Amino acid sequence: MIRLEEVWRIYRVGESEVQALKGVSLEIRRGEHLSLMGPSGSGKSTLMHILGCLDRPTRGRYLFEGRDVGTLSDEERSLLRQREIGFVFQFFHLLPRLDALGNVELPMLFAGIPRGERRRRAREALDAVGLSDRLDHRPDQLSGGQRQRVAIARAVVMEPSLLLADEPTGNLDRSSAGEVMELLEALNRAGRTLVVVTHDPEVASRAPRVVRMSDGELLEEEG
Amino acid sequence: MRPGDLLGFAFAALSGHRLRTGLSVAGVAVGISAVVALTALGEGARQYVVQEFTSLGSNLVIVMPGRVETTGAMPYGGVTHDLTIEDAVAIEQRVAGVVRTAPVSVATETVRFGDRGRSVPIIGTSADYRFVRQLQVAAGRFLPEGSSHLAGNEIVLGTKVARELFVGTSPLGKIVRVGPYRFRVVGVLAPKGRSLGFDFDDLVFIPVRTGMRIFNRSSLFRILVETSSTAELAPVRRRVLALLRERHRADDVTVVTQDAVLDAFSSILAVLTLALVGIASVSLAVAGVGIMNVMLVSVAERRPEIGLLKAVGATDRQVLAAFLTEAVVLSSAGGLLGLLAGLGAIRAFVRIYPTFPASPPPWAVAAALGVSVLVGAVFGVVPARRATRLDPVAALTRR
Repeated sequence: MIRLEEVWRIYRVGESEVQALKGVSLEIRRGEHLSLMGPSGSGKSTLMHILGCLDRPTRGRYLFEGRDVGTLSDEERSLLRQREIGFVFQFFHLLPRLDALGNVELPMLFAGIPRGERRRRAREALDAVGLSDRLDHRPDQLSGGQRQRVAIARAVVMEPSLLLADEPTGNLDRSSAGEVMELLEALNRAGRTLVVVTHDPEVASRAPRVVRMSDGELLEEEG
Repeated sequence: MRPGDLLGFAFAALSGHRLRTGLSVAGVAVGISAVVALTALGEGARQYVVQEFTSLGSNLVIVMPGRVETTGAMPYGGVTHDLTIEDAVAIEQRVAGVVRTAPVSVATETVRFGDRGRSVPIIGTSADYRFVRQLQVAAGRFLPEGSSHLAGNEIVLGTKVARELFVGTSPLGKIVRVGPYRFRVVGVLAPKGRSLGFDFDDLVFIPVRTGMRIFNRSSLFRILVETSSTAELAPVRRRVLALLRERHRADDVTVVTQDAVLDAFSSILAVLTLALVGIASVSLAVAGVGIMNVMLVSVAERRPEIGLLKAVGATDRQVLAAFLTEAVVLSSAGGLLGLLAGLGAIRAFVRIYPTFPASPPPWAVAAALGVSVLVGAVFGVVPARRATRLDPVAALTRR
């Protein structure tokens, strides 16, 4: 379902060029659970942004369900993100002024889903991550683990086929991290493709397939 | 994205920064209230002048001796003929569309009764002046009718003159002196007050021929001509000019219609109103820049939020709409508030000066609201575009 063919990503920083990705080729099957490992600066975040259609390859092709993302317009990529891709970030990225329900509703707001249906789906999604008693709590009234669970509810509320988690446990204590990983894995078992970017070997080893990156290149595959 | 959701999103974002939001709203409110209040005052001044003119008689054509133009290099060139009582009679009798005329001669002289004296304008005129200027007589009567009385020794006092010279007693039938001449008081005017800077309570009237004799004048000051309708003003003006050209064998008078004078005043005041609005608009522009500034700060602060909105699938157009809506909500809230403040100020002003018909014209109210929305839309574009141009990756990763 996902195919990267010789993907390069080159940034221009002042006079010099930074080659963040150097000809990465990768195939991810539908419903797969994959860990992307590597030290910081290895290009794993760049790869995740390209997988999430937030960024475009400088060279090479990215096929998402057979569609060449590089040829899509900004608007088409926005719609692709809206319907097919859910993001979970290290720092949660919840809007502090909205309560848990409001944050989960956010993607549906831009999809033009009516208010009543938004409420219902957001409530269901929060219920599914075990936060049905925290619907009207704002982020500053929630613990780190709870915030990440709100973020997961937000990521899946549009029922995307691909879940991208960028260091989802990087800001959490051990027990919260375990809970969050279990949630993500349950979503994967329910049929969603899950890609977890991490530099934590313990988190990475939970996935049946681990891809290592170094200096913009894929090193080897394990498992 | 639905319009209601767009508004809800904007309100939620704005309520997060109450002080900042309040100050931007106040900025627009000040500008809009200034525009509303100043147009109301300007429009009030215009209507006030129109009222004053109408209270001095409508459908008036005014004949003045001399001609408003530059004559040749001859130092004594451009001989003017006197404007005479006979001219006035001729206009009344021979010009179609004329209801009545009143010749006017003016001088300032001291009116004395006993040991009291008062220096006032003395109007020499005829009985018809009362109808032309719409004056009311409180006691006695106005100057007697008929041409044989144009040289009599009657005098009519303004209410203030009567009060000052005859403290508490009736002036009717008493003899007053104007210079060395003696006049018999036949009437006292009802109070009319000041009109266009002229105090109709503080003057006296005597027959016109007597006036010209004692002031030693050979020419009238004015001839007031009342026409049968407003439509007759221009034709009567032409006919009066033609008649006097024939009588004087020269173009040596100036004839203006009252509506021309009124138009002049009206357009001066309209320009004044526009100038006031222009000045007030400057404050509106300042308020707009204020909104732009607040929105730019907001966009800079909310980089991660914008990144997130893009990540969850907001299109560039939706991000643009979201930030533009915020700016428009700010400015139109200010507009509404300013409108209320301006109307309140005008109401307070009218309570203090009840005779001044200050009220904002409907177009000003509509324009104020329209402009306030426009201010947000125009000054919100730059910040909103900046938000859409933000690279989501950079916006999400930089913390």
